[in-house]
Amino acid sequence: MNVIVTSIDYILNWSRANSLWPLTFATSCCGIEMMQTVASNNDIARFGSEVFRGSPRQADLLICAGTITHKMAPALLRLYEQMPEPKYVIAMGACTCGGGMFNETSYSVVNGIDKIIPVDIYLPMCPPKPESLLDAIRKLQKEIKNESISKRHEFMENHTPKLKEYCGLLVDNDFTVTKIGV
Amino acid sequence: MNYLYFLYIEFLAKHNIPQMFGDITFYVIPCCIIFVAILIVILALVLFERKLLGWFTQRKGPNRVGLWGILQTVADALKLLCKENVTPNGADKFIFNLAPILIFVPVLILLGLIPYSSEFTFMNFQTNLLIYVILATMPVLSILLAGWASNNKYSLIGAIRNVAQILAYELPVAFTVLSIIVLASSINLTQITLAQSSQLGVLGWFCFPCVIGFIIMFICFLAETNRCPFDLPEAESELIAGYNTEYSGMRFAMFYLSEYAMLFANSLLFSVLFLGGYLSPLGKYLSPMLFTGSLGGIMIYFEQAFWLLLKSFVVIFIMIWVRATLPRMASFDLLKFSWTILLPISILNLFIMVILKYFMMGGVYA
Repeated sequence: MNVIVTSIDYILNWSRANSLWPLTFATSCCGIEMMQTVASNNDIARFGSEVFRGSPRQADLLICAGTITHKMAPALLRLYEQMPEPKYVIAMGACTCGGGMFNETSYSVVNGIDKIIPVDIYLPMCPPKPESLLDAIRKLQKEIKNESISKRHEFMENHTPKLKEYCGLLVDNDFTVTKIGV
Repeated sequence: MNYLYFLYIEFLAKHNIPQMFGDITFYVIPCCIIFVAILIVILALVLFERKLLGWFTQRKGPNRVGLWGILQTVADALKLLCKENVTPNGADKFIFNLAPILIFVPVLILLGLIPYSSEFTFMNFQTNLLIYVILATMPVLSILLAGWASNNKYSLIGAIRNVAQILAYELPVAFTVLSIIVLASSINLTQITLAQSSQLGVLGWFCFPCVIGFIIMFICFLAETNRCPFDLPEAESELIAGYNTEYSGMRFAMFYLSEYAMLFANSLLFSVLFLGGYLSPLGKYLSPMLFTGSLGGIMIYFEQAFWLLLKSFVVIFIMIWVRATLPRMASFDLLKFSWTILLPISILNLFIMVILKYFMMGGVYA
């Protein structure tokens, strides 16, 4: 039994790790570094991730490149919910990891996207170099290769958004996000 | 095909297997071959394109999975196979699930109509070319179904753009195909290939007398397979992903694969019509010189298939080259270009070909 599970795991994880298609999602300056990662000097295509998809239905990886404001938060949550399983998130830049330079000082910025959606890899720096993004993708690939289909429930639990914890947002079953009175 | 049939029956008779078994399986084998071959070719094509796009933009392209990245598309296909299939709440569920299955059927039939070598056409009808031209417009119906059933504005706009594009570019194709029919005096693709063999060698190919049609056909094939600079139905910056915006996992992969299968089929037809099909560009076949005895007689079919595939891959290479070079056209310009420029020129081309055929009767293109 174990042999079957591990061999299926190996093939599945190999295919998932080597074809991480990112979503075209960049909210500010980190997006410029993400574009540079696709360009010729730091070629993201070497790891099979140059297929940037416009539609979240076809993407596996959400590279959240840039500051997320309270106004953008529902959109981010909806994009995450629209992505089919298995899905992964890289929080790129200091703003997405914990608010960065807007931490505690700005009225409009979410202090870390892990308050809205689960994050697999944190990539701080302001902004991260293309090399660091490549490193983050490599680390995510290593993490994917340790997954197992027998522990799928744990994975799903870890990858469900913690909706109730985020202040002021309510999400119903149709993924319509409404802001309730603060 | 008859020759292959007798070879097969003879082979079975040697091993004491009844002829009835051979009669039944002989028609199953081509289907199996086409299914396996098409999957391998499509996976290779996607990798070919990603590698070439990398090299054109001074990148390396996929190179981590397998040797030089040759397993990259296999990993992609496996991942898409195991990904969650999302059916949106507002979608028409039956049609939404039907469209990706329907799109693959006409493309598979198209590949069966091509003469790969002088004895090897899966379906050799007298009116091969006519059936091809009719069936080549079928995938757009399932694209329209997909766009409508998704209940998404981007999908619908993408599908409508695709229909408009196919309508506009089908007429120049029809007129160019007519001019080829005039030159070859046949609607059978094998006959058209044979009509291109002459004393002149390469100069007998129809791309030389029909050079206007050659260029028109290339542009129209770019438009029909939604390639850059005519990839409006999937324009990322305007329509997210066009008609397949709501599709995920294997259903999306079906659209993706059928697009490349259509590209492959069209480049094969293009080589048959203009580049001499399975004829050798050297004037004579190499295999009788390389292999002695009866082996040379069989190897000649493989050599013919090799020349056809080589020509079609050169055509695909040029298509990828165009994609790496040109930006996307605007939607209105695209239709205007077809109706006001391509269509009159293609009708003019037909008249030129008729006059050429009339005066050169008994000459090269007898």
